[in-house]
Amino acid sequence: MNWDIIIKYYPQLLEGALLTLKLVAVSGIIGVMLAVPMALLRASPSPWVRVLPFCFIYFFRGTPLLIQIFLIYYGASQFEAVRDSVLWVVLKEPYWCAIIAFTLNTAAYSAELFRGAIQAIPKGELEAADAFGMDWLLKTRRIVLPRAFGIALPAYGNEVVLMLKSSALASTITLMDLTGMARTIQARTYTPVELFTAAGFIYLLMAGVVIGLFRFMENRFNRYQYYKPNVDQMGVDKP
Amino acid sequence: MSVRKIITAVTLVAGVFAGTLIGTQAFAGDTIRIATEGAYAPFNMKNEQGELVGFDVEIAKALCAEMKADCTIVEQDWDGMIPALKGRKFDAIVASMSITPERLEAVDFTDPYYTNALAFVGAKGTELKTDKESLKGKTLGAQRATIAGQYLEDELGDVVSVKLYDTQDNAYLDMATGRLDGLVSDKFPAYDWLRTDAGKDFEFKGETIKTESVDKIGIAIRHNQEELKQKFNKALKAIVENGTYEKINAKYFPFSIY
Repeated sequence: MNWDIIIKYYPQLLEGALLTLKLVAVSGIIGVMLAVPMALLRASPSPWVRVLPFCFIYFFRGTPLLIQIFLIYYGASQFEAVRDSVLWVVLKEPYWCAIIAFTLNTAAYSAELFRGAIQAIPKGELEAADAFGMDWLLKTRRIVLPRAFGIALPAYGNEVVLMLKSSALASTITLMDLTGMARTIQARTYTPVELFTAAGFIYLLMAGVVIGLFRFMENRFNRYQYYKPNVDQMGVDKP
Repeated sequence: MSVRKIITAVTLVAGVFAGTLIGTQAFAGDTIRIATEGAYAPFNMKNEQGELVGFDVEIAKALCAEMKADCTIVEQDWDGMIPALKGRKFDAIVASMSITPERLEAVDFTDPYYTNALAFVGAKGTELKTDKESLKGKTLGAQRATIAGQYLEDELGDVVSVKLYDTQDNAYLDMATGRLDGLVSDKFPAYDWLRTDAGKDFEFKGETIKTESVDKIGIAIRHNQEELKQKFNKALKAIVENGTYEKINAKYFPFSIY
């Protein structure tokens, strides 16, 4: 292990980590905004409403993320019509191509998570909302979405960690994210063990922060679920 | 599942693994495993049947024939090439690899089997002056982990935006879309690409780039493999002298690249 190499290139690796975080944060936020309406459509009783989001989700869950990135970055740019259109301002930049691919990918996965959460809401709570005479919008806003949020939280935390690691694929379209940076530096120094260990360590730290954040939110939003018995082992009430 | 069953299962699986390991090692002793990239036309690429072909591959095969050695040619991504050689995944790299001081610290090289140069490539009809002053603010590309990529980062990194690609093909692809103003590439593969349909709208720009040292291409092997190195050097000398090299050269370029 050559520690000098790691110390020397740490600032550059951190610079790469910053881009990784930016990619995950931006695509994560837009992804959720797309996923929520899609999940609501997917939970609809009408098959005509369900079919469009189903196709979208099927495509983005059923193909590798790398293929999606290549299709958007190298694929779209093959058409002169695309290159001449206003879209090119965005699609020209590898950064935005990565954001688009990550966003659509995470939106598809999250939408399925949220749909499951929506359908897992206890029937009684929905009946109660109906009994109060809430219309669909009010019921969705007050009961369905807040309840689904709590139910989906642990699984969604998992999705964010997965996304953090998938973001390494951004390095295949010239972006200098954490992985891209480590690959480029090791191409010059021939010390893959040192650099990938250092990069892996930074990924671990970032994943740790994400996991901690979601644990905190779970404790807060789902606190009613945590049952702490108020009796000691002998079955006697605690004072 | 009972404990005994689990133990039997684990032993079986371990046995199979051990068998494969011993199998490959015995195999490795008899043959020379040569790695190439397969994405660097016309030196190494894949034909329609998915076989590795090209100048590097033909030279490797000619050397093996000369050495009367049993060779297998394997494919390896470019930026993992040297780590994999050091990790004993194969014994030699014949993939148009330049001999550089940095690489010599990591691996050993045979005598050079051709001489390379760098050149700028840009779209026809556009002006791309290649002095540093005129390149200010341009976006230039190259393949990651290559002499061309290092040249861009070291010599022009302060004035141009450098984009590094995993394969040369991807760099060409991105220049064709206009994302790149130009690229720096090894001259001979660029010469080959410019004659293809995809490259017909592009041309060399400016003079051939002068680098500090002449760019010699050699076969990389691990350190302390003196015997293998001498075998390669002897075979290389023989194919140059008996005209085999010239025949292969002529198939790819109308001029000598030795």
